[in-house]
Amino acid sequence: MMKPKVAFFDFAGCEGDQLQVANLEEELLKLLDKVEVVSFREVMKEHSDNYDIAFIEGSCTRLQDEDRLKQIRKNAKIVVAIGSCATIGGINALRNYKDLDEVRRTVYGEHAKLFDTYAARPIDAVIPVDAYVHGCPIDREEFLNVVKSLLLGKKPEIPNYPVCVECKKNENVCAFERGQFCVGPVTRAGCNSCCVNEGTICWGCRGLIDNPNENAQKEVLIKYGLTVNDAINKFKLYFGWQEAKR
Amino acid sequence: MKDKNLNIEVHHVTRVEGHGNIYVNVKEGRIERCEWNISEAPRFFEAMVVGRYWNELHHITSRICGICSIGHTLASLKTTEEAMGIKVSEQDVKLRKLALHAENMQSHLLHLGFLVLPDLMGVGSVIPLASSNPEELKTVLRLHRLANEMSNMLCGRTTHPQRLIPGGFSKIPTMKELDTMRKRLREAVTDVQTVAELFNKLVGGFPDFTRETEFIALTKPDEYALYDGKLASTDTGTAPVAEYLTYANEYIVPNSTAKWSKHSRESYMVGALARFNINHEKLSPLAKKTAENFGLKAVCHNPFMNNIAQLVEVVHSIEDSIRLINELEADGLKSQPEYYKPDVKVKAGRGVGAVEVPRGILFHDYTYNDKGVCTKANCVIPTNQNHGNIQLDMNALLPKILGRPEKEIELKLEMLVRAYDPCISCSTHAVKVYFT
Repeated sequence: MMKPKVAFFDFAGCEGDQLQVANLEEELLKLLDKVEVVSFREVMKEHSDNYDIAFIEGSCTRLQDEDRLKQIRKNAKIVVAIGSCATIGGINALRNYKDLDEVRRTVYGEHAKLFDTYAARPIDAVIPVDAYVHGCPIDREEFLNVVKSLLLGKKPEIPNYPVCVECKKNENVCAFERGQFCVGPVTRAGCNSCCVNEGTICWGCRGLIDNPNENAQKEVLIKYGLTVNDAINKFKLYFGWQEAKR
Repeated sequence: MKDKNLNIEVHHVTRVEGHGNIYVNVKEGRIERCEWNISEAPRFFEAMVVGRYWNELHHITSRICGICSIGHTLASLKTTEEAMGIKVSEQDVKLRKLALHAENMQSHLLHLGFLVLPDLMGVGSVIPLASSNPEELKTVLRLHRLANEMSNMLCGRTTHPQRLIPGGFSKIPTMKELDTMRKRLREAVTDVQTVAELFNKLVGGFPDFTRETEFIALTKPDEYALYDGKLASTDTGTAPVAEYLTYANEYIVPNSTAKWSKHSRESYMVGALARFNINHEKLSPLAKKTAENFGLKAVCHNPFMNNIAQLVEVVHSIEDSIRLINELEADGLKSQPEYYKPDVKVKAGRGVGAVEVPRGILFHDYTYNDKGVCTKANCVIPTNQNHGNIQLDMNALLPKILGRPEKEIELKLEMLVRAYDPCISCSTHAVKVYFT
């Protein structure tokens, strides 16, 4: 059997997700027995446009990048968005709340006009996406599971319940009880509540679940004496694009 | 040479982090164009953090770079801590230094093993090495995994660390975990020597090229400075970090919109070679020995030797991590409550923080109002400081190798860029270069 050909591409992002792929270490060598990598600019000189699966990291943040994305869609049978920037717009969408001309001036001063940009958006805002590996950064195990499903011709399963479910199972002390604001109640699970396990809060990097329970969220706010503004402020970190769409 | 015509266009140099291009035009032996060009999509972090709270900035700015997210997080925390006068315990500073070592090792090994080694072995990527040199490759992978597991133990995970927070850590490792890591670090000494021997056989593949330049790094009297120190230049001596703007002078090149940095000359270099040139006397014993084995001596002006300086630093990070764990043990590791959140009195102020990250000195500079909301931010990234030096090296290298075949010229120029280990997506100051 011919090995499926895979390619990696990156747009506006930190390349931390492709690093997670490199960080598979020995597991990566095993994966290379099953697939043929034909393009991965970060680690190889060779490049081919003949591939079956395209993994895309990063957000689309300028019109000129749309053509490149459309070409990838044409070449690939399966497109997989990896990492928050690609799946939900990620931290990049934080600037969508600001006047983008002002944003450019803040960073580039009088040269602002040389730097095109538009609202940062996930890959599926430009081209259809077949599968998602959420998270900032992606989890290596989850990446492997998604790849395995795709190789078996199955649709990868992604949880559609909040991080709280995993967090309770892990017997963490609720962040709200500790006096902190946490977006776990509306964020898609699948990370095994890793940030709360490490003693902090859920920041929302896996994005909103499909039907967030707004009433439950309001109850939490009332119970802990928090305001809607507290919630909106925290939602802005990762939910910028999703909230704008809602 | 009169009949030499070249048209080299490396659109998106491979095996570097981010998007950069090389353009060379030579007509009848005359160099008409020789450019290092950046085409990364700008990301505007300095604008994004304005309006955000003090306890969120490290989380946001960590996302500037996936490869050196621990370094960005630490630079960010130090900046916030300085702005608000937040104290960090001696124990936490030691744990943070260990985290920096872990990331330094991870990043250097990734660069040396995945990005540089293929050039020296005459292949396009690390993939064929899995069958041609399995043992060597497995040794590199083993070391890389060790560095990652060390980050996990200290920070929660390798990329975008969770436990590093203003004032300390939300969770710290146990002495047992540190002890296990120390054992593995001791064992890793043999592995790193194997890697050093491999590079020693191949080091002749780097061009013998020098161009005098200025080197800038942090320095400290009693240690090889990574976490803190004063600013030091091989040209002008030392200065407080608060004066960073007079060092990292960003300027506009005539006929181009590139922001480059200069200090006492047209350009300067930051990174492992700069640190080695300034602080080599404070390296660990085995690291010094490794430098000697490669004939690496300060002040070395061959940018290709940055690769070897990185290897020397990997050895140093292993030895110095063992030393730090010994100290933590001797002092008695103090535990802390679960979900620890240091008590912070929010106040208005400005802070400047500098940390040596794998690719060189990194500066963050924030101003906060009395609510702890960021009103202004500036981040100066190592790779941006190196762009000018890469271009000037390229200008100097090209005439020297013009007689060689085109493919070789292209490879040497790519190798020059790779030697700097540029991290282009770090570019909060993403620059687009328009040459006319």
